[in-house]
Amino acid sequence: MRRREFLRLAVSSILVLVSPVRVLAGRQKAWAMAIDVEKCIANKGCNDCVEACHETHNVPSMPEKRHEIKWIWLQGIEEVLGAQKREDFKEKEVPVMCNHCDNPPCVKVCPTKATWRREDGVVMMDYHRCIGCRYCMAACPYGARSFNFLDPEPYIKNLNMGFPRRTKGVVEKCNFCEERLAKDLLPICVLACKEKALLFGDVNDPESEIGRLLRKKMALSRKGHLGTRPRVFYVF
Amino acid sequence: MLERAFRGSRRYWTFLLFLLILSLIGLLFYLRQLDRGLGITGMGRDISWGLYIANFTFLVGVAASAVMVVLPYYIHRVEVFGGIKVFAEFLAASSILMCLLFVLVDLGQPKRLFNMLLYPSFSSVLFWDVVVLSGYFVINMLSGWFTLDYEEKEEGPPSWLKALLYISIPWAISIHTVTAFIYLGLSGRPFWHTSLLAPRFLASAFSSGPSLLIVLLLSMKRFSGFSPKTEAIEKLSLIVAYAIVVNAFFLFVEIFTVLYGDVPEDLMHLRYFYLGGPGSRFFCVSWISSLLAILSLIIFLIPSLRRRTNTLFIGALSAFFSIWLEKGIGLLVPGFVPTPVGRYATYFPTLPEIMITVGIYALGALFTSLLFKVALRNEPA
Repeated sequence: MRRREFLRLAVSSILVLVSPVRVLAGRQKAWAMAIDVEKCIANKGCNDCVEACHETHNVPSMPEKRHEIKWIWLQGIEEVLGAQKREDFKEKEVPVMCNHCDNPPCVKVCPTKATWRREDGVVMMDYHRCIGCRYCMAACPYGARSFNFLDPEPYIKNLNMGFPRRTKGVVEKCNFCEERLAKDLLPICVLACKEKALLFGDVNDPESEIGRLLRKKMALSRKGHLGTRPRVFYVF
Repeated sequence: MLERAFRGSRRYWTFLLFLLILSLIGLLFYLRQLDRGLGITGMGRDISWGLYIANFTFLVGVAASAVMVVLPYYIHRVEVFGGIKVFAEFLAASSILMCLLFVLVDLGQPKRLFNMLLYPSFSSVLFWDVVVLSGYFVINMLSGWFTLDYEEKEEGPPSWLKALLYISIPWAISIHTVTAFIYLGLSGRPFWHTSLLAPRFLASAFSSGPSLLIVLLLSMKRFSGFSPKTEAIEKLSLIVAYAIVVNAFFLFVEIFTVLYGDVPEDLMHLRYFYLGGPGSRFFCVSWISSLLAILSLIIFLIPSLRRRTNTLFIGALSAFFSIWLEKGIGLLVPGFVPTPVGRYATYFPTLPEIMITVGIYALGALFTSLLFKVALRNEPA
C-alpha cells in the first residue's frame, strides 16, 4: 500500500511540474530566411550583405584564394538552383550561406559535437571545442563552411570588439547572427540589404512576414532531394 | 625478445639512423605547421582534405590486409603461413600507427584531440574509426608479441590469445568498412556516395597490403638470413591476384554505373578523375595508377611471372603504388572537385606537407623494422 501511494504521489508531482513548464516556454521559434530573387541586385555589383556580415563577424580577408573565409557570398543562380532559361536570370546572382538545415549532415559527422543544431533551428559552432578535423566541411553539400588555415588576426581589416575572433585551426560559418537574435535584432545581412531582398523571421509565428510570404510565394531550397531540409529559401 | 631489436649489423643501424633522421626532419616541419597553421599545406577551402588523409585512408587498407594471413592460418589451417603471420600482424600495427599519426597531423587543433573522448559523438563515423583503429592496434601488437612469446617457449597459444586472434578477423574487416563509411555516408559528395566504396576499399586493401608484405619479405630474404617459405609467398601472391581482379571488376561496375546512368554530378567527378579539369593535370594520377594496375594484373595473372622473384617484386610494387594513388589522392581530390557550386579547384601538396608525410612513413618504417627484427629470430649474417 505504501509503495502504491508513493508511486501515485511521484507520478502526479512530475505531471504537475512538467505541464506548466511547457506552457510557460511558449511556442518554439523556428528561424528561417527568405531571399527574394527578383529584388536582389547582386549582378549589378552590390555585395552589401557580404560586407556587413564579414565586418561584423571579424571575417578575415586572406591573401591566398584557397585560404579564403566566407560566411555569405554571391553565387550565380544556375549553380545554386539549377539551369535557368529566363532571359534576365542568365547573369543573376544570389547570396548563399549556411542553410541551417533541419537535418544537417555537418552536425551528424562532427566527432566532438562542436557544431550542433539549436531547437530554434540555428546550427551553432563552438570554436573552443572544434578540433579542426574538417569533416563537417566534407559533409556539407553546399560548401558553406570555411576553415582557418592560418591565424586570421593579421588579416582582419577592422576588428569589431563586440564579436569574438577565431583562432587558427577551427571551422566557421554563418551563424544566423545568433548573437543579434538573442537581443531581438535581425541578422546584419538582412538590415544591410537596401533592396530589402532578404527577409528573416520565425516561420512558426502565424503573424510573421516570412510565414506569410512562404505561404504565398513559390520557394525553393538548395539540393532538396538530399533531405537536409534547409531553412534558407529562394522566393519567386 | 625486445633486445633483438637493438642487436644488428652496421647496415641495420645505418638504415635505422636514416629513418630516424627522416622522421626528425618531418617533426621539424610539423612544428612549423603547429606554429603557422595548416595553411603551409596545399589544402584549401574547396579541397579541405589532402595528402595526410589520403595516406591515412590507404594505410588503413594495408593494416586490414593482415587478415589475409591470419584468416587462412587460423581458420583454414594453412600451415605454411605460420612463418609469416607475425610479420603480417606487426605490419598491421605499424600501419595503424601511421594512420593515427596522419589523422593527428591533419587536425587544426591537435591539442584538443581529447575532446573526442571527452565529448564523443556516436553519430560521427570519425569517432568510431578512431575507436576501432586503436583497438586494432592493440590487438595486433598483443597477438604478434605473444605469438612470438609462446612459440619461443614451444607452447601452444593461450586461450585468451586464441580468442583475440579470432576477434581480429572481423575487426580487420570492420576497420576498413568504417573508414569507407567516413566517405560513403556523405550524400553531398557524389563521387564517394556509393555503397560499393566499402567493398572497393576491401578489395584494394587485399591487393596492396599483401603486396607490401611480399616486398618486405623478399627484401628481408635479401638483406638478412631469413628465408620465407616459397609456398607462403606463392599463396600470398595468389590472394593478391584474386584481389586485383575483384578490384578491377569493381572499377568496371563503377564506371558503367556512372557512364550509363548519365547523371551530370556523377559524370563530372569521374571525368575529373580520368581527364582532369581546367588548370589541372589530375589525369596524371589516374593514368599512372591505371598503367601500374594493368602491369600488376599481367604479372599476377601469368603464373610464370608470378612465381619468379624479380617479376613478382615488380608486380607487388606496381600493385602497391597503383592503389596508393587510386585510393589516396585519387579518392580525395575528385571527391572535392568540382565543388558543390561547380568550381574546379586545384590541389598540390607543398614541401612541408610532403616532408611531414615522408617523416610519418619513416617513423612507421622504423617501427616496422624494430618489430620485424624482434620477429626475426636469428641474427643477420
